[in-house]
Amino acid sequence: MHMPIRPILSSLRHHRLTAALLLLQVALTCAIAINALFLIHGRIERINTATGIAEEEISLVSVRGLNPDANPLAQQDSDLAALRAIPGVTTAVAVGSTLPLSGGSNDYGSCADQASVDQAIALSSMDNIPGCVQPTYYEGSPGFVQALGAHLVAGRDFNADEYGNSPSVGIVTRSLAQRLWPGQTAIGKVIHGGGQLTVVGVIDDVLRPQLRDASVDHLVTLWPQRPDGLTARYLLRSTAQDRPRVLAAAAAALAKSGPLRLQPDDGQRTFSEVRRKYFQRDSTMVGLLLAATCGLLFVTALGIGGLANFWVAQRTRQIGIRRAIGATRGDILRHFQTENFLIVSAGVVLGALLALLLNQWLMGRYELPRLPLAYLPVGAFALWLLGQIAVFGPARRAAAIPPAVATRST
Amino acid sequence: MLGYYLKIACSSLRRTPITTLLMVLAIGLGIGASMTMLTVLHVMSRDPLPARSARLYVPHLDPLPKNYPANSEWGDPSNNLTWPDAMELLHAKRATAQAAMAGGHLLVWPEQERTLPVELDGRYATHEFFPMFGLPFVTGQGWGEADDEAHARVVVLSQALARKLFGTNDPMGKAIQLGEHQTGFRVIGIVGDWEPQPLFYADASSKGGFGTHDDFFLPLSTAVELGFGSDNHFAGWGSNQTEDMHTDPATAWLQFWVQLDTPQQVADYRSFLHEYAAQQHASGRFERPAETARLYSLMDWLQHLRLVPDDVHLQVLLAGGFLLVCLANIIALLLAKFLRRGSEIGVRRALGAQRRHIFLQFGIEALLVGALGGLLGIVVAEVGLWSIRQRPDAYAHVAQMDAAMLLATVTLAIAAAVLAGLLPAWRASRIAPALQIKAL
Repeated sequence: MHMPIRPILSSLRHHRLTAALLLLQVALTCAIAINALFLIHGRIERINTATGIAEEEISLVSVRGLNPDANPLAQQDSDLAALRAIPGVTTAVAVGSTLPLSGGSNDYGSCADQASVDQAIALSSMDNIPGCVQPTYYEGSPGFVQALGAHLVAGRDFNADEYGNSPSVGIVTRSLAQRLWPGQTAIGKVIHGGGQLTVVGVIDDVLRPQLRDASVDHLVTLWPQRPDGLTARYLLRSTAQDRPRVLAAAAAALAKSGPLRLQPDDGQRTFSEVRRKYFQRDSTMVGLLLAATCGLLFVTALGIGGLANFWVAQRTRQIGIRRAIGATRGDILRHFQTENFLIVSAGVVLGALLALLLNQWLMGRYELPRLPLAYLPVGAFALWLLGQIAVFGPARRAAAIPPAVATRST
Repeated sequence: MLGYYLKIACSSLRRTPITTLLMVLAIGLGIGASMTMLTVLHVMSRDPLPARSARLYVPHLDPLPKNYPANSEWGDPSNNLTWPDAMELLHAKRATAQAAMAGGHLLVWPEQERTLPVELDGRYATHEFFPMFGLPFVTGQGWGEADDEAHARVVVLSQALARKLFGTNDPMGKAIQLGEHQTGFRVIGIVGDWEPQPLFYADASSKGGFGTHDDFFLPLSTAVELGFGSDNHFAGWGSNQTEDMHTDPATAWLQFWVQLDTPQQVADYRSFLHEYAAQQHASGRFERPAETARLYSLMDWLQHLRLVPDDVHLQVLLAGGFLLVCLANIIALLLAKFLRRGSEIGVRRALGAQRRHIFLQFGIEALLVGALGGLLGIVVAEVGLWSIRQRPDAYAHVAQMDAAMLLATVTLAIAAAVLAGLLPAWRASRIAPALQIKAL
């Protein structure tokens, strides 16, 4: 296929200003869309952060006791019996106020040895002491390690007699074990902090209550501390599709299994809802970014199509003459397609540069990561495609102009 | 003359209805998106208390250890005061009014037996909270200094809560029960609508400042005595903490506001604060130097807390970029449209129209497009804001367009249209008539 570029360029020279504006528009669209796409990708990755627990099967239900003098552990036992009796519930345990993505924090300074603890106390700071980290602590009633769906990779689960107040054993995540005792086996080691915990097991990484930073997001200790607050929180396992029914049944069961207690409006939630709520802002942002990017591409397509329309109408006569002296319909079609390709290409090159500059500037202001170069060809391809789609209609209309037009005076 | 140009513009736009529609759509979308995001930014950073904000200040002390980590996920603990510091500043009475406060979260028991209580948010405060912030009392009033000292069991209710608890009965002087131990409190006042947004006096590190309001108010001293729960963030840094974290000298959790009426008062208070910090530093309690003591005005304080999330700034930027693309789009389309009418321009010029007449004629056509786009932009912005209000984010429900933003939308639309029309109209007016007529 032979497509002379020179006549196209010379015809574009007649529309310098308009062509330049179109080019600018394509460049801006390209720069913004590429950065928006990058942001969207980052947010979606965040929204899909793995928690390391059996999310699909977990439902959470909470109930607030009103009598501060009641025995919370006895109440917990009767609640758990009632919850386990619900058809479809495979496991029910009491859990503490924090779980992955629950928000809040239950962090304690923890060190690999007593010397580090003393050093931290002397400095009243944990920072910069290599043997010390601030893991978060998850607690629950017997069986909660299993119920969470945490995957034991070494050692053992807690024994029933280890559950109680101020326990002396703990299970750590792989990341925490690595941080405290790099290259060594963690089983049997002692975590020094407020008290001392002997590590009896290591599990695959589970997430903190809040996302912070990749280096600390998986520093978690499980300990066999039975929750005994006025507000009791229960974790139920069932099949994913059973969860709504199980939650409704759980609310009814809890209402019956104790004295008058409060069940807050947001007290019954599947873990999917917990996740949705935690990443609320991110999904709002993804929605807005997507809407803006689509709007941007739409407007640019309108601009390209509208302008091509004008140019076709303006050049009706020239097209007729070219047809009369032997140009085929395909030639005319290709003329407009190539013209569009040239403008968009120039725009995309400028746009890629702008995209990098924009990313540089955003990095400085909003702590965003660097834009991977792979985004540039993706953006370029998208705009080429958009340009060709937008110009196709007008170009086809141009190709349909009969050669006879050349013989008419206007 | 202008009327005539308007008529020409209308007929010209009607001749190419699709292009006109595209241009109006582009400018409408661009303006709508920008105004939606700007409105969100505007409501999030507006003055929550316009009548009083100029006289309200926050004293800021920094009792943290020297090497305390600068930024945790909970924000800077020194944004709140410790109990001893707050009490010192309170009793020094160096300002026209001063109050310490904290967010409360309590069970409120209904009058009827055997009905479930509700858990509500409220405020624990000292007595000058009410006159300083100017809470609108429907009946009764706040408590006095003596009540603060006596840990009086008195409570002020929001009108909404009073109606919920007592219906149409007069709640004044009635007793209500609060907290797990159902402690009795006497109702001494009802406040009407009081929902400043952002909730500037709340602990920003625990709730983020938007979307909460107070249903009850009771003396801070009483709340601390009864061990009532607070939803403030308690940040402690002491190694040997006392048994009650409320009054611990190394635990920050209280908010503190002062009213200063004159620049002289502000200067005096600033030096008082500095003196206090210097004295604490000298005694060894503050490790950081006295220069860390500061006095923020209300608006500066909101800036300092960075209540507007980065996401919102990014959204505004994005919308601005979108508008820019829309503008480039309009300019290109108008230019192509105007230049196509070279022969018409040639004839008009030959008949005696001057360049400025051509400029005016095409300028008006561009303005017309802008005006239509602006109208569409208002509609798009209203739809955008409506959809934001449907989101459960804390700040979402305050996203309302006010008169100022409506005016700004119209101004932006017209400015955009003028900007978009300027170049094409100027270019059209430069067309040489002779060439065009020859081609005819």
